[in-house]
Amino acid sequence: MRLEGIRKEYAEVEAVAGIDLEIGAGEFFSMLGPSGSGKTTTLRMIAGFERPTQGRILLDGRDVTALAPFDRDVNTVFQDYALFPHMTVAENVAYGLVVRRVAADERRRRVDEALRMVRLSDHHRRRPSQLSGGQRQRVALARALVNRPRVLLLDEPLGALDLKLREEMQIELKAIQQQVGITFVYVTHDQEEALTMSDRLAVFNAGRIEQIGTPADVYEHPTSTFVASFVGTSNLLTGDAARAVIGSDGIFTVRPEKIRIADRAADAAVGEIAVDGTIREVVYIGPDTRYIVSLDSGGELVVTRQNLETSSMEALATQGRPVRLLWQRRHVLSLARSEDAVGETEEEETTP
Amino acid sequence: MSTDASPAAAASAPSGRLRRLAAWLHVRPAAQARLLLAGPVGWMVLAYLGSLFILLLGAFWEKDAFTGQVEPFAWSLDAFESIFSNDVYRTIALRTIGIAIAVTLTDALLAFPIAYYMARVASRRTRGVLIVAVLLPLWAAYLVKVYAWRAILQSNGILEWALTPFGVDAPGLGALVNSWIVSSYLWLPYMILPIYAGLERIPESLLEASADLGARNGTTFRRVVVPIVFPALVAGSIFTFSLTLGDYITPDMVSDAKFIGNVIYDNSSLGNLPLAAAYSLVPIVIMIVYLLAARRVGAFESL
Repeated sequence: MRLEGIRKEYAEVEAVAGIDLEIGAGEFFSMLGPSGSGKTTTLRMIAGFERPTQGRILLDGRDVTALAPFDRDVNTVFQDYALFPHMTVAENVAYGLVVRRVAADERRRRVDEALRMVRLSDHHRRRPSQLSGGQRQRVALARALVNRPRVLLLDEPLGALDLKLREEMQIELKAIQQQVGITFVYVTHDQEEALTMSDRLAVFNAGRIEQIGTPADVYEHPTSTFVASFVGTSNLLTGDAARAVIGSDGIFTVRPEKIRIADRAADAAVGEIAVDGTIREVVYIGPDTRYIVSLDSGGELVVTRQNLETSSMEALATQGRPVRLLWQRRHVLSLARSEDAVGETEEEETTP
Repeated sequence: MSTDASPAAAASAPSGRLRRLAAWLHVRPAAQARLLLAGPVGWMVLAYLGSLFILLLGAFWEKDAFTGQVEPFAWSLDAFESIFSNDVYRTIALRTIGIAIAVTLTDALLAFPIAYYMARVASRRTRGVLIVAVLLPLWAAYLVKVYAWRAILQSNGILEWALTPFGVDAPGLGALVNSWIVSSYLWLPYMILPIYAGLERIPESLLEASADLGARNGTTFRRVVVPIVFPALVAGSIFTFSLTLGDYITPDMVSDAKFIGNVIYDNSSLGNLPLAAAYSLVPIVIMIVYLLAARRVGAFESL
């Protein structure tokens, strides 16, 4: 599937500002971004619910930009599931086959198969209103998959579920995707979800794609301030702090788990950067502790540390303590400033 | 301790009792509900069910054939016998039911596109204008509207003036079809509003899901929109059907044909209360059956 120069305007607002994208067959592709970043609009254009103002959508080399949703070989799992309340689970799943006039016995076979895949085999005759959120979500998935589309679009399908169920469904979704081999295009604002499931992901911001890559790529080598802060903790070093710590102008980032905390007397090993600071705040989060360290040279860095041997009391007691932060120079990443706010871009243009 | 508290305690004694009552009620929602409902429910039982009960009793009273006097508490089945033995009563009942069904179907057919346009097509502004347009006739007095229709239907009226050039004869006042036309007009808003509410409640994503799964607009309408709105349509039909079934003024003023209501009215004013009472049980029984059927399709959730 390919998107070429897709733009979408509503009245005065530009929701999607030029997107080029290629998604391979059988890929689990995520579109990650905050609300209003254009990811859902892009998904809706692929589904055919919205017509792009400009650009083309190609499916298997065929231009489908002008086709209605019912003429596209694409199915959607909706955020609110959109199950038909007047039909049973089996009728919901069979709907796409019924309207496409698939023979009754084949229909029954495929509905059974789809419901078995989502582990709802004994719920054929229930109504959507009698199911839990997780079960509804699985019916919506079965209803879309039973049609064997080329591409399955998922619009924040796990958004309404609680954390535990969400984590289970992430694993299940990924397994189902590998089993059926259909291309999944997955919209989410949850970075962890995108990192866990995707083969590749695109980070959306203000109607544009900031970065496309594998989860490891995007997490370890973010190319812009926006990606660095949206995927993971920001930990930006700018201005004076950047000059003092890194030794040059620009915007830099270090992932919080790459930094080690030592006392002031510690020596930096070869290839390490050492910075002095004071622990301003300690946040205990079970397996890890998050330390927010004010740097003597200005700025702040977040450091996370697994509680391997530290108890919560010990961790909390370090508050206010002067420390030295050490990390390897290769973990420092240089970033481009994102054009995520109008004020920022104007500032950049006026200051040479 | 008691000395310094006594003036304050005396001053707050009534409110203290009130507070205790409030506290007592606070943890007893059932008692609260009973207290609140005692008045209205008592009124309903006495005034409404009481009069219905007397009506039911009255149907079994005897009317002296010689003096024409009604004998309360003299039991007989005479009234029912004359209803069942006399063909006129059956004809009138069937005619009334027939017109009520015709009005209901007509209103459903007229209301659906209007409600659909209001709920799913019109802009927010147009929708507001249309809702007012639908509700506005309900503000006008019923009689005024029926008189307006008389002006349209009577000889030398607007309908005749419009039809004559095409060589079509206007039915004129007195035709049975007038009852159908005027009743359909009168009760149309009661059908539009529930259907509109039902259509408005359908989430956009259901229609999108249907299209996404391969259904064209016609199929989506038939398989998704109509089944979901059907209970709302039945809810509207309760109004159109029961209002037509019980009406006696419209039939009287625009047609010569008698309806159930006219028979009841005529007989009660002529003093044959048992017959009027017995005959009024016909629409009551029909409506009970109708409401039970409506409940089965879930119409009450759409009201």
